Amino acid sequence: MPDDHSPAPSGTASVEQRVDAIQGAFEERGLNPGDAIEELTHLAEEQWVPDNGARVVARAWTDPAFRQRLFTNGREAVAELGLAMPKHHRHLVALENTPTVQNVICCTLCSCTAFTIIGLPPDWYKDLEYRARVVRQSRTVLKEMGLDLPRDVEIRVWDTTADTRYMVVPVQPPETIGWPEDKLAAIVTRDAMIGVARL
Amino acid sequence: MDGMHDLGGKQGFGAVRYTLDAVAFHAPWEKRVNALYAFAVKLGIFNMDEYRHAIERMEPRHYLSASYYERSLTSLATLCVEKGIVTREELERRAGGGFPLSMGSAPGRTNVASRGRFKPGDRVRVRIDHVAGHVRMPGYIRGKVGVVVSESPVYPFPDAHAHSVEAADEPTYDVRFRAEDLWPDSAEPALVHAAVFQSYLEPSIA
Repeated sequence: MPDDHSPAPSGTASVEQRVDAIQGAFEERGLNPGDAIEELTHLAEEQWVPDNGARVVARAWTDPAFRQRLFTNGREAVAELGLAMPKHHRHLVALENTPTVQNVICCTLCSCTAFTIIGLPPDWYKDLEYRARVVRQSRTVLKEMGLDLPRDVEIRVWDTTADTRYMVVPVQPPETIGWPEDKLAAIVTRDAMIGVARL
Repeated sequence: MDGMHDLGGKQGFGAVRYTLDAVAFHAPWEKRVNALYAFAVKLGIFNMDEYRHAIERMEPRHYLSASYYERSLTSLATLCVEKGIVTREELERRAGGGFPLSMGSAPGRTNVASRGRFKPGDRVRVRIDHVAGHVRMPGYIRGKVGVVVSESPVYPFPDAHAHSVEAADEPTYDVRFRAEDLWPDSAEPALVHAAVFQSYLEPSIA
């Protein structure tokens, strides 16, 4: 939702003032939120980026044994590439797209994702429209988002309703067969790993 | 709880506001909120299930009109008040105005005693439970039959974990449903999967 158009009762402090209030309360109690804000902002901007998942996908395209391990135990497989997941994300399920299967992930109850691997979710993923509609009108929603799938492609939606996390492994474009891993990683997008785009 | 957050399958919404270069944050305060709630979890002030439930407990009109990070802020503040870290009066004094918080919580529950163990391929039915507190079962699967496709490691049981109720950890099952079964004559064909806690499931004999 766009910010700052909420019909808040008159007298409600602005959202920035409310953030300042809670941050100030933490500071006065000696909890030092400043360092945590700096650290977590750095993680969000520099570490939790789709490039991580792109490396995983590129490896899965070029190394059949890794691909197998990724589909068997995603969390252990991504750890081989030095990628960590939060403690409460105990399970990573990699979903294999094929020419006739399109996987797409969502979170209808909140906005959960494997954010350390595929990046923090974009705004539209957290919006009410995507959460409400993608489970029930998947083909139409994907089409509206620019992915017009042929009728023979089966759509598999995955609703992240617990702490298992999902990522979509897109189909490797045939013209990229034989490319080096770095070059392959560069073509893998966040939206392809959410499953709302194909490469 | 059958709250406003349980959006899967709700009708009447328009097009997704999709852009190719969509970002996660739109303003610096959003990054601060995201960091502050994660910091509070790290400090042990509350856990992720309590955090999610405090979002779900937002007054429905506030929930629908708030941005994602305003919901996050509201949960953070609500839990800090409920845990005795700060009072609402102090927050409002510091903010220089009203600070809407979430509504109160109903009691939680522990695991279902008769829960079964399932394996891939098993047909299962989602129990017709109406849970007043926190629950991770989206309403659209209640009472529906699907097929187990995989089992996860065990997790804290959210219905208990959000309410400081004792419970055993339990696995979730990725269960495959047909969209046409979830919303008969009213959905586009697709396979819809949800991660369903063991306590929410029973065998389906049909």
